[in-house]
Amino acid sequence: MKRRTLLKATTTLAASLVAGVAMAADPIIVGAVAPKTGPLAGGAAVTHWPNIELWVSEVNERGGLNLGGEQRMLEVIEYDDQTNPAETIKAVQRLATQDDADIILAPYSTGLNLAAAPIFDKLGFPQITSSAATDQIEELSSQFEDMFFLLGRSTDLAEDAVEVLSDLREAGEIGNSVAMVNVADAFGIELAAVGKPALEAAGFDIVYETSYPLGTQDLSPIMKAAKAAEPDAFVAWSYPPDTFGLTEQAMIEELDVKAFYTAVATAFPSYGARFGSAAEGVMGIGGVNTASPDFQDYAARLEATTGSKPDYWASGMMYASLQILEEAIETTGTLDMAEVTQFIKDNSFETVMGTIEFDDQNNNTAYWTVGQWQDGEFKGIKETGREGAVEPIIKSGWE
Amino acid sequence: MKRDEWKTLGWGAGLLVVAALLPLTGDGYLISLGVTIAMYTVLATSWALFSGPTHYISLATAAFFGVGTYVTGSGIEVLPYWLLLPIAAVVGGVLAALVGLATLRLSGVYFVIFTLGLAEMTRQAVTWYQNQTGHKGTYVLTDFTDNDIYWQLLGLAALVYLVGWAIGRSRLGFALRIIGDDEDVARHVGINTALSKVALFIVSGAVAAVVGAIIAPRYVYIEPSTAFTPMLSFQVVIMALLGGTGRLWGPLVGVIPFTLLWEAISSSFPNQTTLLLGLSFLAIVYLLPGGFVGLYDRLKGRAAKRSALA
Repeated sequence: MKRRTLLKATTTLAASLVAGVAMAADPIIVGAVAPKTGPLAGGAAVTHWPNIELWVSEVNERGGLNLGGEQRMLEVIEYDDQTNPAETIKAVQRLATQDDADIILAPYSTGLNLAAAPIFDKLGFPQITSSAATDQIEELSSQFEDMFFLLGRSTDLAEDAVEVLSDLREAGEIGNSVAMVNVADAFGIELAAVGKPALEAAGFDIVYETSYPLGTQDLSPIMKAAKAAEPDAFVAWSYPPDTFGLTEQAMIEELDVKAFYTAVATAFPSYGARFGSAAEGVMGIGGVNTASPDFQDYAARLEATTGSKPDYWASGMMYASLQILEEAIETTGTLDMAEVTQFIKDNSFETVMGTIEFDDQNNNTAYWTVGQWQDGEFKGIKETGREGAVEPIIKSGWE
Repeated sequence: MKRDEWKTLGWGAGLLVVAALLPLTGDGYLISLGVTIAMYTVLATSWALFSGPTHYISLATAAFFGVGTYVTGSGIEVLPYWLLLPIAAVVGGVLAALVGLATLRLSGVYFVIFTLGLAEMTRQAVTWYQNQTGHKGTYVLTDFTDNDIYWQLLGLAALVYLVGWAIGRSRLGFALRIIGDDEDVARHVGINTALSKVALFIVSGAVAAVVGAIIAPRYVYIEPSTAFTPMLSFQVVIMALLGGTGRLWGPLVGVIPFTLLWEAISSSFPNQTTLLLGLSFLAIVYLLPGGFVGLYDRLKGRAAKRSALA
């Protein structure tokens, strides 16, 4: 029993009636592998899976992908990699050889995408990553020529956050002292390793600095100590659970800062939902142009079809990766992946995140780096070439 | 050596050659299954070398495995790959020796809990070090394919079987069997029980570390959460117990069906993997208490009894 999230029976019927042919052409098999269990299942449930559901249902509703004049429906085969790289590799293999997938979608997260890179490369599928942040883009794309990067370099993410603080200081909005904390785990360490020297180089005075292990439940001592240092700005290179935990503690301690930054998950809709108006002014990693009609339309469609809201960072990029793939397949009119990959390299694409094109390292150089909660939306305030950044505001209290 | 042993050795070598031919099929899916089976065969067999005779259940496999992946992860830029494997073995062995000396006096459940904690502690130590030094991601970019990794694991498996066979024939192996039956008796007849246990624990730890070092290029990006995943330790124990630890080939006959079962579950029921795995564990424990080895011995015993009666 294969789980195939196929067109519903009704749409099949409607499609065949409209087409007026007895049976449509063979479906295009789309392979998808990402966590449904394990540590990253929560993130994938927000950022990854709903986009696949939306894309497939929309493509099938309009009768499938147009392949050289022939309409072909999409049929998805989904696998759970249990957040385990060995399972990701095995599932990609299985999709290619056992399920004869025509397309395989890039997995979720930095680690799982990198583990899958050699196998995508060997099988010759384009791997358009939308949730991998790395500084090794040059090395990776030279070794894995079919690997594309939408989310950008991790260094930019940290450096731009510091730049936002510098700009606020130059404008006389905030003072010179910063409290900096980080979660002692892969990405948190990496961000801190970039962020700390950047803060020092910008002439900030780091009045409090500490790190905490992943999964720390009680963050109140950290916030108490940070408050005692009386910083003008608070920066946390944090992960989902502690992003929430630190914000909560900041509210309890009434941490009086003019700039408050937490990293991963600040852009989640659940963050805004949980903290409501207290989230106003909180900065974090990511951001989008919330004023863009394309993004608004996408967000509305996603919620209508899947019942889940997009996050304000990688969700849109994930959907953009599917749009890129779709356009490449329909324009070339083929499922020959070498041709599709070449098309992706050579062209620019209109997506819900704006125009995307890849440089000679398969890197999308224009992406959002810092966002801020303003009026109930997480708006992009800093980017590397995107339109629609808004001015940052000063954090004023936790009411 | 007795004639029987030559025969066994011949069978082993023959099977190994057959296994080594798998990549020639060119089927990437079979090979990736092969890598999984080879990896767990090595881990479960080396685990059983120590835990089988002594009955000490170790959940430290992930600690050694993780240390091995980090040896490759941090050394690949500066040292030739082939040097990293012995280094991993030494690091894993030293870690096992330290832990063994400190804890093998603990018995039963205390030892289990300590070894479970060890993986977490090692992970935290690695993370702490990275945090202190401002680490920016561990990448292992090599030209290795699944074939290369498969053959390396197979070679290591052959080595583990030879070592296991040699230990089984040695005074050390005999001593361990006595310790497993009754540690007090062993001590009274003059066996240095602590030293014997530590020696075997070192072998088991060193092998797991080398497996980690071999697997690292496959993951490309090494993170503490995947390198030290506690799931690995549990899977190794379950596979070894399914096969049975009484014989050297026991874990192998556990690893193969378990991997295939896991594969069937995760490809057919991707949304219920954990639930179905849990049910399989229960079934294994209830229906096959001695593992496949126990079943084999029971059937053989029954057949022998029947022929004796007849």
